[in-house]
Amino acid sequence: MAPTVIPFGPQHPVLPEPLHLQITVVDEVVTEVLPKLGFVHRGLENLVLKRDIHQMVQVVERVCGICSCIHAHTYCMALEELMDVQVPPRANYLRVIWGELHRIHSHLLWLGLLADAFGFESLFMQCWKIREKIMDVQEATSGNRVIVSVNVVGGVRRELTPDQCTWILEILEEVEKDILEIKQVFIDDFSVQKRTRGVGILSREDAYESGAVGPTLRGSGVAQDVRQSGYGAYADLDFQPVTETDGDSYSRAKVRFREVLQSIDLVRQAISKLPQGESRVKVKGWPEGETISRTEQPRGELMYYIRADGTKHLERMRIRTPTFANIPGMLKMLPGVDLANIPVAVLSIDPCISCTER
Amino acid sequence: MIERIKRSELMSRVWEMKNMGYRLVTMSSVDNGEDIEYIYHFDKDLDMVNFAISVPHGENPESISGIYGSALLVENEIQDHFGVSFTGLALDFNGAFFLEDEVHRAPFCAMSIKRLESNAEGGE
Repeated sequence: MAPTVIPFGPQHPVLPEPLHLQITVVDEVVTEVLPKLGFVHRGLENLVLKRDIHQMVQVVERVCGICSCIHAHTYCMALEELMDVQVPPRANYLRVIWGELHRIHSHLLWLGLLADAFGFESLFMQCWKIREKIMDVQEATSGNRVIVSVNVVGGVRRELTPDQCTWILEILEEVEKDILEIKQVFIDDFSVQKRTRGVGILSREDAYESGAVGPTLRGSGVAQDVRQSGYGAYADLDFQPVTETDGDSYSRAKVRFREVLQSIDLVRQAISKLPQGESRVKVKGWPEGETISRTEQPRGELMYYIRADGTKHLERMRIRTPTFANIPGMLKMLPGVDLANIPVAVLSIDPCISCTER
Repeated sequence: MIERIKRSELMSRVWEMKNMGYRLVTMSSVDNGEDIEYIYHFDKDLDMVNFAISVPHGENPESISGIYGSALLVENEIQDHFGVSFTGLALDFNGAFFLEDEVHRAPFCAMSIKRLESNAEGGE
């Protein structure tokens, strides 16, 4: 049969974000894929020329709605290094707590979307129902459900009271119980495995070679996670990257599923070790020089390159988001996939086009 | 932290990274007015290596997509945003990867320049 070219996106029933793929299929099997981006490009990197370094915290939080807090954490870490600011230990722990809550809600959102992609509507609703509990925690502790605006250069501008910490631990216990209940379905159910096992295989070599990051990389057996570097308070917490070795959509789902449980554990550890004292220091002056800052977002490694010239505006801010790094891996995994499984394979990298287009 | 190297050393340094098993994290670019600086970020086991070259405006930098295939996305992005053309780019969207064909500005340049000869009539 002659090759047929099929446009996938930018509007697609399964994919809620505007990514366009020009997919060539032969006998309903993918042979070639070309990406096209730019449907929602915002040029946020260029706003550094118009907003001062403190206003930019609010801008970078809006690079991605799902992991707003971690974007701001990464940006603040970079500026704190340039300005030689020592963040109080309590602030580092609070940043980890909000960051891991973000990871839990992001992964639950994705697990629900994956269930929706392969037509398991009740599982989709269960995942999002559990996620709501985390959203409630975020709203109660930061004032917002999604844009968790807590980071500032020099620490955090919100506090967690002992009562709030106790309440968070209670909620996490409920969430953990709920997660373990749906584990039997998500991990063991035949129908889930039927739609995800062997779909979109990315070998360990291809994953590393293509620059993949996060669960996409770890689902192919590479144990790399920026949290291993010990930024924030991670150096004081017991942490090992979650890996799976099959490299298919099922492996990537299992990595995220296990990471939800791991994040619950990390929040518990951080709360149990939460130091007393200040959570913010005053920052004076403007940054000068250049630096690179990296953190682990729910989708993988996030990198900021920042150059400053001693004025209130940065000279350049470059953001490399995890989805941008995972697109080459996605292009590698798609050839050989059946047409009907394309949405599952594309979704398996957890694409965030909002981040990618910044 | 970021080593400035000669433009002529670029390919040999990138090959060296590849042979040592480094992963390409990304590239960054900065418009310095007189020239554009291209910064290459590599990682291996969370150890980062960064080096940069400077290329005068109007000259085309060499693509590293023949060595690191994943570089083609970021190089196409830089083409769109900085109005440059990489030579030897494995898959060239001709400045229309992020931007539409009818866009003639290079939005990240302090001074916008035309991107393509074919766009010269409407270019700014």
